[in-house]
Amino acid sequence: MTEISETNGSPKSLDRVVIRFAGDSGDGMQLVGDRFTDVSAAFGNDLATLPNYPAEIRAPAGTIAGVSSFQVHIADYDIVTPGDIPNLLVAMNPAALKANIADLAPGSAIIANIDAFEPRNLDKAGYEANPLEDGSLDAFRVYPVPMTSLTLEAAKDTGAKPRDAQRSKNFFALGLISWMYTRPVEPVYKWIAERFGKSQIVHDANLCAFKAGYHFGETAELFEHAYEVQPAKLPPGRYRNITGNAATAYGLIAAGQQAKLPLLYASYPITPASDILHELSKHKNFGIRTVQAEDEISAIGIAIGGAFAGHLGVTATSGPGVDLKAEALGLAVSMELPLILIDVQRGGPSTGLPTKTEQADLMLAMYGRHGEAPLPIVSARTPSECFDATFEGARIAIKYRTPVIVLTDGYLANGSEPWLFPDVDALEDISIPFTTEPNHLNPDGSVEFWPYVRDEVTLARPWAIPGTPGLMHRIGGIEKEDGTGNVNYEPANHELMTRLRAEKIARIAADIAPVEVDDPDGNARLLVVGWGSTHGAIQAGARRVRARGHEVATAQLMHVNPFPLNLGEILSRYDRVLVPELNLGQLSRLLRAEYLVDAKSINKVQGLPFLSAEIEAKMMEMLDV
Amino acid sequence: MSDASNQSDANAVTLTRKDFTSDQEVRWCPGCGDYSVLTAVQLLMPELNIKPENQVFVSGIGCASRFPYYMNTYGIHSIHGRAPAVATGVAVARPDLDVWVITGDGDALSIGGNHFIHALRRNVNMTILLFNNQIYGLTKGQYSPTSEVGKVTKSSPFGSLDYPFNPCSLAIGSEATFVARTHDMDRKHMQEVFRRAHEHRGAAFVEIYQNCNVFNDGAFDGVTAKDKRAEMLIELRHGEPIRFGAENEFGVRLNQFGEAEIVSVAEVGEAALLVHDEHRYDPSTAFALSRLAEQPVSPTPMGVLRAIDRPTYESQVQDQLTAAQERRGPGHLRELIESGAVWDVV
Ligand code: SF4
Repeated sequence: MTEISETNGSPKSLDRVVIRFAGDSGDGMQLVGDRFTDVSAAFGNDLATLPNYPAEIRAPAGTIAGVSSFQVHIADYDIVTPGDIPNLLVAMNPAALKANIADLAPGSAIIANIDAFEPRNLDKAGYEANPLEDGSLDAFRVYPVPMTSLTLEAAKDTGAKPRDAQRSKNFFALGLISWMYTRPVEPVYKWIAERFGKSQIVHDANLCAFKAGYHFGETAELFEHAYEVQPAKLPPGRYRNITGNAATAYGLIAAGQQAKLPLLYASYPITPASDILHELSKHKNFGIRTVQAEDEISAIGIAIGGAFAGHLGVTATSGPGVDLKAEALGLAVSMELPLILIDVQRGGPSTGLPTKTEQADLMLAMYGRHGEAPLPIVSARTPSECFDATFEGARIAIKYRTPVIVLTDGYLANGSEPWLFPDVDALEDISIPFTTEPNHLNPDGSVEFWPYVRDEVTLARPWAIPGTPGLMHRIGGIEKEDGTGNVNYEPANHELMTRLRAEKIARIAADIAPVEVDDPDGNARLLVVGWGSTHGAIQAGARRVRARGHEVATAQLMHVNPFPLNLGEILSRYDRVLVPELNLGQLSRLLRAEYLVDAKSINKVQGLPFLSAEIEAKMMEMLDV
Repeated sequence: MSDASNQSDANAVTLTRKDFTSDQEVRWCPGCGDYSVLTAVQLLMPELNIKPENQVFVSGIGCASRFPYYMNTYGIHSIHGRAPAVATGVAVARPDLDVWVITGDGDALSIGGNHFIHALRRNVNMTILLFNNQIYGLTKGQYSPTSEVGKVTKSSPFGSLDYPFNPCSLAIGSEATFVARTHDMDRKHMQEVFRRAHEHRGAAFVEIYQNCNVFNDGAFDGVTAKDKRAEMLIELRHGEPIRFGAENEFGVRLNQFGEAEIVSVAEVGEAALLVHDEHRYDPSTAFALSRLAEQPVSPTPMGVLRAIDRPTYESQVQDQLTAAQERRGPGHLRELIESGAVWDVV
């Protein structure tokens, strides 16, 4: 963090700061992180967040496995990542310190809840000596604060039993950090009132703890002064803070509205996709039907049934669910019905890392079905872009009558950023008319309906829904005769249909936005191509490389299948191509296969996003500097 | 089974079997029981007074699952075991449609067991016809989840070990609101049961004893053959004591354990017999009755085992939408997006 100015007694100005709240899973760190984020967002900072929590609901208290953290990066300018290195770590117990200390840089600040640094907790965290006392933290600025006892003291008149009152220590921490960074307190008061209004004691305990934390900062003389981070000069407009999963849900609602189709959303609970179901289930007044299915296969089956009946059928899941849905996706490919499958990717294989992020489902999305079963893939690059990616996925699904996979990931799903509101009235009309008339003239002059007669441009087949007189038809997963849609096993027909289905998807390339290259001076020789959520780290890495006087170009794909038409030409313009991915090299393989380009990879599979420094280092290496 | 039946097309012209028959050639083995079920359904359709365009037949995979191709209605020939899920999607999206599921013992009870039980307990408004032939026909003769223990097939040369499901028991255990059994040798009985199933609001389950003359010929002869019916087939009639036999000399009563047992009326007297009540909300008695269909063959109840009222899934889905709209008005995207903390950058 760059210190910009200093005036005696008044807060010091910073252009940005990265704060990580860390504690036990039961310590309420996600809640505190969310509050700090919302307050900072409403204050006008640009921000990015990185929640990181264990898969176990209740890992043993006090252990490293049970540590939950929330990192938030706030700035007075536009930022693209949650930050590489925390400037401040709030450690609620020894395990939280131990689990996070390696991510700090010398000079980073640590606020530690000294009450929790007692022998039993130190032991559970694997410390032989108390790190707050043994000098091992000398490289850092350490502020020991007795948060538990000060919280108990603050809450003593609220009527809360000590056991319960100590749970408010996260609000003490929030109060202290709010003072440190000069955050407005009113929004927190309001939130506590709304959230805990029903239980006076809990409400009072949290409020007293928050105020005590705030006043402690003011009066304890532990800290030289507070800091401030001014609002960012973002493009004008109205903003809110939004997570990827919420943006996805809103994108679906927008798509249903602009397609003039009722939304039928069916899914099975799975981390990290469940929040989409939670969000959509709240908005039944939009006419959204949500079904919590008995399993992943049922969820997509219900969406397919809904699509056949004329609804916008949607299902969302994570990797294990995509595995299970594969056969039904093939059915949707064969039936050529609009369908949206959102894959909020997480670490795999198998159960893998349920709460951690990864981008390793790209090949699964491309090829994870038996037979030739191509379908379009759209990815989201930032949390708020989940709105656009979902909307775009729906547009393609409806126009081309095809299932579409939208790839987001755990980092996007739970991470948040300020979102400049889209102009709702300017959203594209993505509706298509249902077919209502027979479309085939027989030699004898009679007419009938053929479900596999195709649009000449898009190759889409007609969408005729039950209830339409005269257009009754039966379709399924067996190969169909071109045109009539009748069951057909003839060799030449199967080849024709296979090629038609592939060609239909390939033609979408002409109907999507060309990929944009960020090459400020146009002289770069190195192109960095990414897809999905690596966007922020790649942008930040490129900024750093450019700040060091070098040139690098970047391009972040939203459409992964088919590729935008101009991608081949762009790749050919550069001497070197680098592909950063949170997998062992999947997009790079697709690019190599499609364009015969010598794409190099930088890969990471730690359940965490790239640091901008990692991208920067690889860029520098590829630049031979 | 359907809203469509309640709002039957007022100015419908008179429909005939032809209106429900597609132009596709029927391709079951000659002599297969599936033909008589198809005929029964096609002949029944005009009487239901629902236009073919308002009907959707959804099937999975198996011999029976070819059924939708032969109906001149909307239809989905889906994937193995998933028909109840796909049909749930159709029914939830469009409660105005008349939804039928065509499935078999392998399709519904093996690979699709999960969807089957959940469609029943949710009470999705659909009529499920399960063609039970106790064998895998399409894959040429492996034992199925309803095959008797010890069945020798290609995949069980030393006899199958798997204990079979009793489909009606399973359906009752799955909280089904309508459960019935019929067989392919009696078209009138099938039609009557199908009609009842169709009238039922909610998930209506019908097990059809269906003969696979190629891989499991005569599996149900012990019950359904004309000369066996008097002794072995128990016709259930709501409100009547359960009796059967050439002279009506047998009956069914509940013993002290709540089990259904076959008794001689002469010995126990008519007053001791169980009076069939389809509408008992508690499923215990219906379950006890369903257990009488012991394998390989014992006196077997046919007809409606259970028919109770419970709100359908999709009507409750619709109620929630309506209530939300009344409470909060129709949704506005802009308001939704702007809900919560917003700020303006100028
Ligand atoms: S294999 Fe059996 S069930 Fe299948 S069509 Fe032939 S006779 Fe019917």
